Amino acid sequence: MAAREQVAVQEEQVPARAEWEPRVIAFLCNWCSYAGADLAGVSRIQYPPNIRIIRVPCSGRVNPLFIIKSLQQGADGVLVSGCHPGDCHYISGNYYARRRFALLKSVLEYVGVEPGRVHFSWVSAAEGVKFSQVVTDVVESVRALGPARTLVRAELRSRKA
Amino acid sequence: MKDLSQQIKEVARSLLQDGKVDLVIGYENGSLPLRASPCFIRSAGEVERLIWNACCETNLATYLPDTNDRVGVVAKGCDARAIVVEIAERQVARERVVIIGVPCEGIIDRRKVASRLGWKEILQANLEDGRILLAGDGFEETLPLEDSLYEACLTCEQRTPPVYDYLVGEPIPAVDVIDPFREVTTLESQGADQKWAYFSQEFSKCIRCYACREACPLCYCPECFIDQTQPSWFGKTNDLSDTLIFHVVRALHLAGRCVDCGTCSRACPMGIDLRALNRKMIKDVWERYGYRAGLDLAAIPPLSTFKLDDPQEFIK
Repeated sequence: MAAREQVAVQEEQVPARAEWEPRVIAFLCNWCSYAGADLAGVSRIQYPPNIRIIRVPCSGRVNPLFIIKSLQQGADGVLVSGCHPGDCHYISGNYYARRRFALLKSVLEYVGVEPGRVHFSWVSAAEGVKFSQVVTDVVESVRALGPARTLVRAELRSRKA
Repeated sequence: MKDLSQQIKEVARSLLQDGKVDLVIGYENGSLPLRASPCFIRSAGEVERLIWNACCETNLATYLPDTNDRVGVVAKGCDARAIVVEIAERQVARERVVIIGVPCEGIIDRRKVASRLGWKEILQANLEDGRILLAGDGFEETLPLEDSLYEACLTCEQRTPPVYDYLVGEPIPAVDVIDPFREVTTLESQGADQKWAYFSQEFSKCIRCYACREACPLCYCPECFIDQTQPSWFGKTNDLSDTLIFHVVRALHLAGRCVDCGTCSRACPMGIDLRALNRKMIKDVWERYGYRAGLDLAAIPPLSTFKLDDPQEFIK
């Protein structure tokens, strides 16, 4: 399964705290948010280079396990972005996703994962500017929290300290 | 209680004699005091083994998805709710189950009783109108039943089965619980660090025996995500991150299913506060989607449907 290798964050050399840069995994839906990211790119709009984009067919394709796995394998934050409600290429994928993500975010915060780690957004293919704003907000909120500490596996946590 | 046992026996006998079911699942006396074991009856001659009392804790709905027999099953309020979810989610065919509903006033928490007695060994226990008479080596003790019930029973919403084919005894109204989610709200109001400290301390006790999953009637997946190897989602180690994620995802998978019967926390040999997570999901599903599991055979599970105006305050 290709997604699995993609989700596992590559084990790069982890820099010392001072030069630490947040790594954020972004799951973008093919039809809206990925195209929105593309538009941001071709429009030469600047946004932080801290995101690693994984293209998925629909926000409804994003299994909550993808998000948890990313955090466990050392991502400092996760962004999931899809089509606005009503615009889903598959009619209703994002509506189902919305319910799943609401519960996922709630349970993660309940066990003590900081609210600023996991983010969701609706970005259409026409919203290059919004995409860059969302990414800026996400990266800044993750930067403010510092390296992920909670769900990370012990061996990664000790290397990061 | 005695006449309830008698009535269960009569229902079971007639079901088996008339060939309406192949199997009756109920409770029989366990080999230790304060214990009742699940009991599987296939012929009318065996029904005398069946009992009912405040020790009948196992949620027998757990056995239903694993058999193709026509089954008569003894069900308390929470057990019947679990059966309703199994039927609604097409794991059990309605016509294959005969629900013998028993209104329940709460089940005895053996750990509570034992700790009241200073963990002395109990050799004999009798239940008598609202009291537990206990005896052991050199002591005799009487405890009021109401102080010895499981936490899950204290917030029980459905003492009488919402759906049944036979009802044994009289329906009991639900307890009027003021602020049923108090513990959840208390935890929610704490800071991320405190919450993490609490849950990491709880889940670091986990020995990964999966008793919670095996006992749960609604963990019916043929293959659990944690056992999958293609892809291998999370480790099978007792690294805190692996165990905590297992429990978080289990709670997430039970969102909109869990009926808070408390079976998982009873099964846990390490005494982990498993209900804290499940109650949180029950609260969220209720507050966000107005759904309570296991009350209606025709209800659509909340994660299999949506509304156009579902709350989305968390989405940018």
